[in-house]
Amino acid sequence: MRHLLSTRDLTRDAAVNILDVAEDMAEVSTREVKKLPALRSKTVVNLFFEDSTRTRISFEAAAKRLSADVINFSAKGSSVSKGESLKDTAQTLAAIGADAVVVRHGASGAPQTLATSGWIDAGIVNAGDGTHEHPTQALLDAFTIRRRLHGAASRGRDLDGVTVTIVGDVLHSRVARSNVWLLTTLGAQVRLVAPPTLLPVGVSSWPATVSYDLDSSLEQATDVVMMLRVQSERMHAAFFPNAREYSRWWGLDDARLAQLGEGSIVMHPGPMNRGFEISSGAADSKASTVLEQVSNGVSVRMAVLYLLLSGEREGLA
Amino acid sequence: MPERVVLQQADIARALTRISHEILESNRGADGLVILGIPTRGVILAQRIAALVSEISGTPVEAGALDVTMYRDDLSRGRVRTPAPTHIPAGGVDGRVVVLVDDVLYSGRTIRAALDALGDIGRPRVVRLAALVDRGHRELPIRPDFVGKNLPSSQLERINVRLHEADGQEFVSIDGQADEATR
Repeated sequence: MRHLLSTRDLTRDAAVNILDVAEDMAEVSTREVKKLPALRSKTVVNLFFEDSTRTRISFEAAAKRLSADVINFSAKGSSVSKGESLKDTAQTLAAIGADAVVVRHGASGAPQTLATSGWIDAGIVNAGDGTHEHPTQALLDAFTIRRRLHGAASRGRDLDGVTVTIVGDVLHSRVARSNVWLLTTLGAQVRLVAPPTLLPVGVSSWPATVSYDLDSSLEQATDVVMMLRVQSERMHAAFFPNAREYSRWWGLDDARLAQLGEGSIVMHPGPMNRGFEISSGAADSKASTVLEQVSNGVSVRMAVLYLLLSGEREGLA
Repeated sequence: MPERVVLQQADIARALTRISHEILESNRGADGLVILGIPTRGVILAQRIAALVSEISGTPVEAGALDVTMYRDDLSRGRVRTPAPTHIPAGGVDGRVVVLVDDVLYSGRTIRAALDALGDIGRPRVVRLAALVDRGHRELPIRPDFVGKNLPSSQLERINVRLHEADGQEFVSIDGQADEATR
């Protein structure tokens, strides 16, 4: 694997392989010595142009558990705020000797630009770009679903026959996009449920069914309900009348939770707006995988960094 | 040079039985033994040895698998290596006698990685090494305690270990170019 920019380019075999390697990484996290020497002498730069605590510390923990050196770079208070371009930043990182750059950027396509511009030879991991993709989040969601469904027998399995309902702000959600491509590649059926105003143009061409009504969607059996965060910070117009109305129609409250079948899973990529898109009862229920998603995130990111940085770099001298 | 079979199925079985007896003899019984195989074929051999040791001694002995991929010193060379599962028996390795098992012992680098991997899992009282075939050419000061067959070979030759569980057939063969010293 040269870069990880999108889940759209992943084949089923490649995706299953990442999840399988993540199983080994998860096993290491249960040991007394939670460290592997695999990426000794490699340098991983976390290049964050947008605020993100959980993704950055997850990547940082992953790189450190593989013995890589980690440099955290936050655009705030850096030369970027003095007007430095992405190109100059990239060339600085190349000069430092970065082997991998984990990039979070507000502009969709920024990681793609870094990977293809020739400014830097390092492997690029997309840690969320604008409203485009967040591939490691989708991989950790798939990993969490697979582990909940198959437990110790997860290795080598895909998600054939699993139904996943993704609810909420699909328009602004890179998590939803990455999940639609990845879950479909792995064989799952994806349903999107959202207010019509929070669905992107062209959603009908996605490999997913679309509905506006959460209650009628939940009447059909679903293995997984994935709630999305309502991204108020990206909303520069009125997308729904008010929070109460949104919550009443599209929030996962205790009554809707009770309606889910035995063994169903409730997911949320975090951070959660409790009482808005998800009730506290649902967030803290046995069905909820919110904290598992966080710990699985480290294992999946370890797997991605390992696959990106070990072996002779393809296309490099 | 054509492929030459050096151990038949019966020879492999005999070698494993002998190794099992030697393990019991050196350990003065089966107490505290854990047999850990190095994937892929080392794991199969470890399971067979554990079964034989249990049968001979009448004491159940646990087998497991120890993946060493992440501890190799050649991770940045060649293709990306996919790790295999590690399985440590429930009792762990702390204070026990661990016998590492591999199919072919060659440079010793795999065993060096295995010792590092083992150190991150626990602190065994003693670590011993069993190999079905020792072909020489060591690059590190590592020596096996139990060997099925010593097979002096040229570095141009290949040693193939085939086991029923993994390959559907069972033999050890050698092929490739022998040099003057081993002819």
